[in-house]
Amino acid sequence: MGNVVKIAVRNLLRYTRRSLLTVSLIAFGVVFVLVFVAMTGSFKEAIVASITDSYLGHVQVHRRGYVASIESLPLNLSLEPTQLAKIQEALGSEPGVAGASERIKFNAMFSTFVETTGLRITAVYPEREFAVCPKLPARIVQGDRTPAGLARGKILVPELLARGMGIKVGDTVVVVATNKDGSVNGKTLLVSGILESATGPGGRDGYIHFEDGREILRMPGRETMEVAIRLRDFGQVERLGAALRERLEGRGGGREALEVHTWSQLSPFSSVARLIDMMALFMKLMLIAIVLISILNVMIMAVYERVREIGTIAAIGTLPSRILSLFLVEGVLLGVAGAAAGVLVGAAIILVLDVWKVSVRFGGSLQLFALSPRVDLFEVVLACVMVIAVSALASVQPAVRASRMEPIDALRHV
Amino acid sequence: MTAHSVAPGAGGGAKARGANVVRATDLTKTYAADGVEVRALRDVSLDVEAGSFIAFIGPSGSGKTTLLNLLGCLDKPSSGRLEVVGTDVTRLDRRQAAAFRGAQIGFVFQSFNLIPVLTALENVEYPLVMVQDRPPSERRARVLELLEAVGMADQRDKRPEQLSGGQKQRVAIARALVTHPELVLADEPTANLDRETAYTIIALMKKMRDEVGTTFLFATHDTRIIGAAEIVYTLEDGRLTGRQERQA
Ligand SMILES: Nc1ncnc2c1ncn2[C@@H]1O[C@H](COP(=O)(O)OP(=O)(O)OP(=O)(O)O)[C@@H](O)[C@H]1O
Ligand SMILES: [Mg+2]
Repeated sequence: MGNVVKIAVRNLLRYTRRSLLTVSLIAFGVVFVLVFVAMTGSFKEAIVASITDSYLGHVQVHRRGYVASIESLPLNLSLEPTQLAKIQEALGSEPGVAGASERIKFNAMFSTFVETTGLRITAVYPEREFAVCPKLPARIVQGDRTPAGLARGKILVPELLARGMGIKVGDTVVVVATNKDGSVNGKTLLVSGILESATGPGGRDGYIHFEDGREILRMPGRETMEVAIRLRDFGQVERLGAALRERLEGRGGGREALEVHTWSQLSPFSSVARLIDMMALFMKLMLIAIVLISILNVMIMAVYERVREIGTIAAIGTLPSRILSLFLVEGVLLGVAGAAAGVLVGAAIILVLDVWKVSVRFGGSLQLFALSPRVDLFEVVLACVMVIAVSALASVQPAVRASRMEPIDALRHV
Repeated sequence: MTAHSVAPGAGGGAKARGANVVRATDLTKTYAADGVEVRALRDVSLDVEAGSFIAFIGPSGSGKTTLLNLLGCLDKPSSGRLEVVGTDVTRLDRRQAAAFRGAQIGFVFQSFNLIPVLTALENVEYPLVMVQDRPPSERRARVLELLEAVGMADQRDKRPEQLSGGQKQRVAIARALVTHPELVLADEPTANLDRETAYTIIALMKKMRDEVGTTFLFATHDTRIIGAAEIVYTLEDGRLTGRQERQA
C-alpha cells in the first residue's frame, strides 16, 4: 500500500499545476461550505438568542386559541385562575425550567397629549421578566436599565414610536385601553426608558408593570394572557416543550385547554432558520458536484495520458486490482489534499472573522447580531468524509477503465 | 524460481538448460480488421530450449510481434497449442495471465517503457514490489546486484528522463530479469538505439543469459545484431520459413 501511495503521489506531482488547480478547487469548495455553515450557524444562533432572550422566552403557555389570534391580542382568551395554578404547579415540578414570567398583553391608545397612536403593551413583573428575557435590559437604549425602570407608574416606550413622536425619558404619557366588557380606562405613566426594537412580532411592544396593566384592564384574576418560560439549557427546548405539552395540554378542547409553544412555533424566524439550513444543504450539494466533476475530469485525463504506462505495468504482470488501486488512490489523495487544505484555510478564515467581530463589538455601539462564527467538529468531519468519499466515487470509473485495458492494445497506443 | 543470484559462477545461479521453455504447435492468429480477416500467424510450431538466445527476423508485417505476444501471454492464439514453462497458457484468464507473466516472463520493449515517475532503482524494484510483493529485505540486494550487472549502479537515483536511450534499455533489462523469469521477450529492443549502443545492449542480454541462464527471445529487423543470436528464425507472411543455427 505504501508503494501504491508513493507512485500515486509522484504521478500527482508530475502534473503539478493540474493537481494544484484541482486541489485548490476542492479546497475552495470546502472553505466555502465551512465558512457558510459557520456564518449562517452563528447568524441563526445570534438571531434565535436575540429573539428568545429579548422578548419571546424559550417556551410560552397560553389559553387554547390565543396564539391563533395573537395579532388582535384578544382579551377574552386570558388564562383562568385554575389554569394559571396548573401551569405554575407544572413549572415548579420541572427542574429544567429556570424561570417564568406572567404577561398581560393588550392593545392600547398611547398619547403624549399632543399626538395619539395605537400601541401594543406587555405588562410584566420586572424581575421575573428580566429573568426570562435577560437581554431585555440591554435593549433599553436610554433610561433606567434596572427592574426599577419598570416599577409601577413607569413605561418603556419603543424606540421607533419615541423617535416619531419626539418622546424623551422623563416625559409623561397616557395609556388608555378598553377591557373585554367595553369599559374604558386610562393611566398616566412616566417614560423611564426607550426600548430598542427587536426582530419579529412583539419586538416593538411597550412595557409596563403587571399591576398597572391589571389596573388599566380591570379584569380581576383573569388578566394573564401568557406565561413565558426560560429553560436552563436551550438545547433541551424541544424535549422540555414536549414534556410540558404532555402535562398541560388537556386531551379535550374547550375552556380548560392550554397550549404550549416553543420559540420556533411562535417566531417566523424559524422558517428563515430552515431556509438557511436548506441553503447549507445546497452548498454541500454544490461541493459534491465540484469534487465529482473535477476529480472525474483529472482522472479521465490521467488514464488517457498514461495508456502506454498502464500497458507496460499490465504486461509485466501488475494485477488488474493493483492497477485499479493505483488510480483510486490517486483520486482519493487529490480529495484528501483538497479537504485538508480547505479545512485549514476555512478554519483560519473563521478564526479571523471571529476575532474581527470582537473588535467591532468593542469599537462601536452594542451590536445585536454580533456574530461569533464557529464550526463544529461534526461539520468539519462531515465535509472531509464527503469530499473523500466523492473523490473515491469519481475515481472508480477511470480506475476501472485502466484496470481493464488489454496490455497489447495499451502498448500500441501512441 | 530458486536461483537468487546473478553473480557469475555463483553456484546454482544458472538455470538448467535442455528442458523446453516453450512448446508451440500449429499456432494460428487471425485478426478480423474491418470485416477482412488478417492471418497474422499460420501454423507456427516451435520448441524453445531453456537458455536459448533466439532471434526472430522477417519483413514488416510478417508476424514477429504477434508471435512474441502469444509467447508472452499477452494475447491468445486463434488456434493451436501453446505451453510456456510447462503451463497451458491458452487456458489462463486475464488475471491468471497477468500473474503468470509476473512470475515467469520478463519484457524488454522497443521504447524502453520505464515508469517515468520512478528512479532507475525503483524501476528495477517495481516488479518485486508491485507484482510479487516481496519484502524490502529481499529486494534491495537483488536490485543493486542487477543494476551492477547492467552497469547502471551509479545512475540508480536518476529518473528515466535523465538517462540516455541505451541507459534506459539497460535499466529495462535489469527490470526484466529482477524476478528471475524463465523467459525474457524483447520486441525490437534496439530499434530506438544507435548502432554502437545496439551492439552493447545485445551483448548485455547475452551476458545475462550466460550468467543466469534465462531464455531470451527477440524480434528484430536489425541485421547488424542478428549475428549475436544462436538460433535465427525467419518469419514470412505469418509462417515460420527458416531456422538457422549459428555457433557463437
Ligand atoms: N490488432 C491487430 N488487428 C489487425 N491486424 C493486426 C493486428 N496486429 C497485427 N495485425 C496484422 O498482423 C500482421 C502481423 O503483424 P505483426 O505486428 O506481428 O508484424 P511484425 O512482423 O511485428 O511487423 P514489424 O516488423 O513491422 O513490427 C500484419 O499484417 C498486421 O497488419
Ligand atoms: Mg513488430
